[in-house]
Amino acid sequence: MTAADLDIEAHKNLVVRVRDLRFAWPESDPCLDLPAFDIVRGRHVFLYGPSGCGKSTLLNLLAGVLRPAQGELRLLETDLDQLSGAARDRFRANHIGFIFQQFNLIPYLSVLDNVLLPCRFSKRRANRAQEQSPSLHDEACRLLRHLDLDASLWRRDATALSVGQQQRVAAARALIGRPELVFADEPTSALDEERQAAFLALLRQECVAAGAALLFVSHDRRLAAGFDEQRSLATLNRTVPA
Amino acid sequence: MPGLIKLALLSAWNRRYSLGLTMLAIALAVTLLLGVERIRHEVRDGFAQSVSGTDLIVGARSSPLQLVLYSVFRLGAATHNMSWNSAERIAAHPAVAWTIPISLGDSHRGYPVVGTTPDYFTYFQHGDREPLRLASGRPFADLFETVIGAEVAKQLGYVRGDEITLSHGIGGTRLMEHADKPFTVVGVLARTGTPVDRSVHINLASMEAIHLDWAGGAPLPGLDISPEQVTRFDLEPKNITALLVGLESRAAVFRIQREINRAEEEALMAVLPGVALAQLWQLVGVAEQALLLISALVVVVSLVGLVAAMLTGLDQRRRELAILRSSGARPRDVFALLALEGGLVTLSGVLLGLLLLTALLLFGAPVVEARLGLGLELVAPGLRELRLLGLVLLVSMLACLLPGWRAYRISLADGLTPRV
Repeated sequence: MTAADLDIEAHKNLVVRVRDLRFAWPESDPCLDLPAFDIVRGRHVFLYGPSGCGKSTLLNLLAGVLRPAQGELRLLETDLDQLSGAARDRFRANHIGFIFQQFNLIPYLSVLDNVLLPCRFSKRRANRAQEQSPSLHDEACRLLRHLDLDASLWRRDATALSVGQQQRVAAARALIGRPELVFADEPTSALDEERQAAFLALLRQECVAAGAALLFVSHDRRLAAGFDEQRSLATLNRTVPA
Repeated sequence: MPGLIKLALLSAWNRRYSLGLTMLAIALAVTLLLGVERIRHEVRDGFAQSVSGTDLIVGARSSPLQLVLYSVFRLGAATHNMSWNSAERIAAHPAVAWTIPISLGDSHRGYPVVGTTPDYFTYFQHGDREPLRLASGRPFADLFETVIGAEVAKQLGYVRGDEITLSHGIGGTRLMEHADKPFTVVGVLARTGTPVDRSVHINLASMEAIHLDWAGGAPLPGLDISPEQVTRFDLEPKNITALLVGLESRAAVFRIQREINRAEEEALMAVLPGVALAQLWQLVGVAEQALLLISALVVVVSLVGLVAAMLTGLDQRRRELAILRSSGARPRDVFALLALEGGLVTLSGVLLGLLLLTALLLFGAPVVEARLGLGLELVAPGLRELRLLGLVLLVSMLACLLPGWRAYRISLADGLTPRV
């Protein structure tokens, strides 16, 4: 194998490849300048990010909701910048699962419908979910069961759940249809310490089961233990003064 | 996109209290709009059907509108009468098939008294050339006999054989009574939905008889003529108020009209009822259209309320929109979600409005009929009404583009991190 072949092999293994990525809000100074940021397929990356270091900007860029001012942004060998807005929306629906800090669920949908939400917008996720279980519904139930949610809760309104339960439902939604990427933005900050560890363990276990790479962003370094890699956005981002 | 419709339904249900009130406002507005439209239609129909088969209405020269108002609708009073001689001359004209003299001026408990001849029951037609029908009894034949309209009978509870007295003049409360010469109800007319229902019909000769001992609107002191004595007097009328004329052939109508208008014996006027009714409707039509305009405005106000409620709700839904976006919803899905939601609320408002109107017609129509003499039928919405409803839905959809567009902008600007 030549060096170039090796390089191509390495590329294929990257679910995220970022080079010299810059972003600035209109009429303000750049808030993100990343020389390089890669995630290898299936790896769990802990990204340490205190507030104000460009964390949500990076997530919105990776999600294809924002467009970079400059630089290269490839997800699964797809150049997001080459896609139209609708295509980026479709790409996100097909390949990325999200878990936010809190209030992750649509209040007027049941727990099950919340989990099934990505399958409404992505055929690929729906198909892949059906590969796992006989039906979409069964797959949602399987994930919920794995994430330790009692069947008595499944038909309830999402808002009737505790915060910890809500976060686990959000994890099930992020994982349904086995997306290649799961982005978690401070998903444990609303949980107490004991539950934080339990949630993290469940999340990582299911990401392994789904074969998804996990980008876990948090300001709490204590959670980093056990991740394949640890990085600090404040150090990586050149717009943040050292 | 069945998924989006289900989402929109569930989302609307989630905010059912505020949206429910908005929907109720739309429903009431739609009820008003359709109600006004229905009444408008009925009034217009009733108006056009109040007289038919009559080719000319003749009276003393004044305004054609006034002539129609008092001769057909029994509204207002004639300023001049026409002479009985002229009436006889017109009746004798070879082109004239029949005439119905009408003499107004007295009333019975607010209902106008019409002095006429038995020909009234033979020739007068209303609606679609329908003749008058007696619900009970017979036409008047003798003096001091009366045939009353259906409304009079119902409101005052009169039946055949009852005795009534007439008042001199119309309107007002302190009318002099023709108490010495009571009338017997010999017939009750079937309902026509026209001013005939509100009329008390007597013989022209009876009209003369009750005024024999009167002069200048009051009984002459010392002169008392009993009902038995009146036959000794000449009871041929000197004047009548108007004359309804039916021709042998409609083709002659303009010629006869011209002849009557030019008559040298007396200053007369002949009008075509259809033309005069159309003129009158143009006058009334302004008010009627204003009414429709107001109810249309009420609908617009209710739709503005809907848009306002949706826009207000939007700020509380920024996180929801972000979650939808993170799950793969495109901004245009978010747009569609909002537009659908507004459409659903309007649609249910319109349906509820229809339901309300039906209930109102079911329970309110008898009251309206009794109070206003306006027959409101419970029928399926006609083409015009469906078109109005379609218009409401269309306007609502256009209006809901605004919250849809706003949600689109929000979901573009917020992305996955709502600024709440």
